Amino acid sequence: MTVKLSRRTKAIAAVAGAASIALLASGCSPSSDSGSSDGPIELSVATFNDFGYTDELLQEYMDENPNVKVVQNKAATSNDARANYFQKLGKKGLADVEAIEVDWLPEVMKYSDLLAEVPAGTADRWLDWKVDAATDADGRLIGYGTDIGPEGVCYRSDLFAAAGLPTDREEVAALLEGDWNKYFEVGAQYTAATGKAWFDSAGSTYQGMINQVEAAYEDPDSGDITATENADVEDIYNAVLDASATQSAHLGQWSDDWFAGVGNGAYATMLCPGWMLGVISGNAEGVTGWDVANVFPSGGGNWGGSYLTVPANGAHVEEAQKLADWLTAPEQQIKAFVNAGTFPSQNDAYTDEALTGFVNEYFNNAPVGQIFTDRAKAVSVAPFKGEYYFQINDAMQKALTRVEDGTQDKQASWDQWVSEVEAIG
Amino acid sequence: MTSTATAPPSSTERPQQPGGAPAPRDPRRIAFGHRLSRWDLKLSPYLYISPFFILFIVVGLFPIAYTAVISFMDWDLVRNSGTFIGFDQYVYVLTQPKFWIALRNTFSIFLLSSIPQLVAAIFIAAMLDQNIRAKTFWRMGVLVPYVMAPVAVALIFSNMFGDKFGLVNSVLTDLGLPPVMWHSDAFASHIAIATMVNFRWTGYNTLILLAAMQAIPRDYYEAAAIDGASKFRQFFAITVPSLRPTLIFVIITSTIGGLQIFDEPRMYDQYGTGGADSQWLTITLYLYDIGWGQWNFGRAAALAWILFLIILAIGVINLLVTQKVVRDEGRRDAASGRQRRAAARAARRDLAARATDSTLETPEAAR
Repeated sequence: MTVKLSRRTKAIAAVAGAASIALLASGCSPSSDSGSSDGPIELSVATFNDFGYTDELLQEYMDENPNVKVVQNKAATSNDARANYFQKLGKKGLADVEAIEVDWLPEVMKYSDLLAEVPAGTADRWLDWKVDAATDADGRLIGYGTDIGPEGVCYRSDLFAAAGLPTDREEVAALLEGDWNKYFEVGAQYTAATGKAWFDSAGSTYQGMINQVEAAYEDPDSGDITATENADVEDIYNAVLDASATQSAHLGQWSDDWFAGVGNGAYATMLCPGWMLGVISGNAEGVTGWDVANVFPSGGGNWGGSYLTVPANGAHVEEAQKLADWLTAPEQQIKAFVNAGTFPSQNDAYTDEALTGFVNEYFNNAPVGQIFTDRAKAVSVAPFKGEYYFQINDAMQKALTRVEDGTQDKQASWDQWVSEVEAIG
Repeated sequence: MTSTATAPPSSTERPQQPGGAPAPRDPRRIAFGHRLSRWDLKLSPYLYISPFFILFIVVGLFPIAYTAVISFMDWDLVRNSGTFIGFDQYVYVLTQPKFWIALRNTFSIFLLSSIPQLVAAIFIAAMLDQNIRAKTFWRMGVLVPYVMAPVAVALIFSNMFGDKFGLVNSVLTDLGLPPVMWHSDAFASHIAIATMVNFRWTGYNTLILLAAMQAIPRDYYEAAAIDGASKFRQFFAITVPSLRPTLIFVIITSTIGGLQIFDEPRMYDQYGTGGADSQWLTITLYLYDIGWGQWNFGRAAALAWILFLIILAIGVINLLVTQKVVRDEGRRDAASGRQRRAAARAARRDLAARATDSTLETPEAAR
């Protein structure tokens, strides 16, 4: 029932006001009521997790624009931000600048008419595929790209040494160079030598593989669901589960066991987007073995990333656009990367010394700025994600987990996934 | 006879109207204050209780009705519009295998939590009812878990119930027992979730039952002790029967809570969607997933109404069963309602017959 409550706050406030229960009316008003555009105005920026927008960074903008005061609201997780976003989109109450994640970008694109367009002439700032994903059928670009998630391979050099594999990150890159078969071959070699797991889970490895398929689940033209007939999907499903039988630590990503495994050496390698470095160093303090190799099976891959959007019915759309433009300019994005590891999606950033020269102490002083710049350039496929991508992929992750935890065999789990996908829509 | 002389009409006598009808009385004037006090008497009780009902209509009834409207629509939350599609959403929900699994899980978790919880609560309350040292300390102590946020409880427990590196499984393997797969075995996951619920709610129910126990007159126990009844005998013959009305309340509230269980299964794994094979998917979790995962508010509303009807049905069954099993002693005897009513009718007939027979008229008996 709380659902309806928060959604209908305005109606409730009106009725409650009439019934002179003024208590209810408070706490429902949007936060961004401020003066006219001539006087000083307040702009709110809503983000989640950590975008790297520190107080110092926002202060810089306020110093340049003395009539603007910038306030940031941070949601704890992108799920919280997602729920908030769709409850208020098209109504009042969203921040002047709202961050969104690529995972729910397809849902946002359905309502692209409710968002302000990115002014013409800015689009060449970003990578092409970053722009394409946020451009709707009418050619309106509605998202200011912030970061992307180019993937490398993180590995435990101490475990590699114990298995008789090379430990230097250049040698590891050379060892893993090739396609997914190569990755699983080396994995078989590792498990044979040590009897331990090679990667963390089938689910996260599958994610790396499916992100290289151009149209995995839906037809980009018609939007029809094609997931169950797509041979690529079935091949990847089989390949990853065949490898998983012997090489996976069977730790569902983001589970408590998985976080424990990051620190206790339960597995030797993990697919690693730029933002994963912070996750690893934060959850495996004191572990010295983690390193990152400049390689990814079957070319490049991107996992995650975000945009800033400006709701079209905000109180200060123009000023908000200016702020979003400034925040996503290469210079600011590099500062955000240094602050929080969010890897830039801006072309100019990749030649900037501040990015390419950045080394990460925790990962054995790996030149992560240069490594992920190379990995970003290696991304060749921008996978199409339609309206139902999230649901289908979620069901697939569960199908993989069912096989990994022994609840079902490969075929039964696939069949159940097929029937679940058929119920979607 | 002087007596024939008619007395002159007295001035005090009212003049007779033609036709003999009495003159109209001056309209009686009622002071406004008087009227107000009459309204006060009649209306103010309603006014005094109205805030609750106005609040209930606004935040309770309106959303329920609005949910019913949405449940017949294909609803777009963002644009706040929808098209009417009749019972399609209900049909969809009822034909989903996941719905039936969720129903099974909900009942399984509810039974696994409510029954042990109430049994434990009664015994702990009985212990606290004894003459022990530092009573308040112990009594407040049982409430401490209730103060903890459910999310915090769930986080701690789901960490303990980790499949590979969890505390419970490490203890089990150290003892030479096989580890339990808390996240892949459905029954094991229900036990883990029920444990969280029990941890939080046992103390709360204990305090309610303790309050009821303290209202039991101590004379009963004294009399029983003099008669030589053991503590156990006293517990089952005095304490439990006296708790009946409170037990009905506790059972009904824990039933409603049990069928709406959400926080604990939601926090049990990292995704909060009830497990890869829907092992611990409960109805509210399924509802949340349809609404906030898939943004399909029509279906979510239909499911919300189905859940509402289920709770209503269970509530009624619950009430009937608990009234049967846990009767309110002293007011009703062992006879069923029908038998009691028949007995009452017979008694009335009997009394009425006796009243007319006897010369002694007793209006009470005849009534």
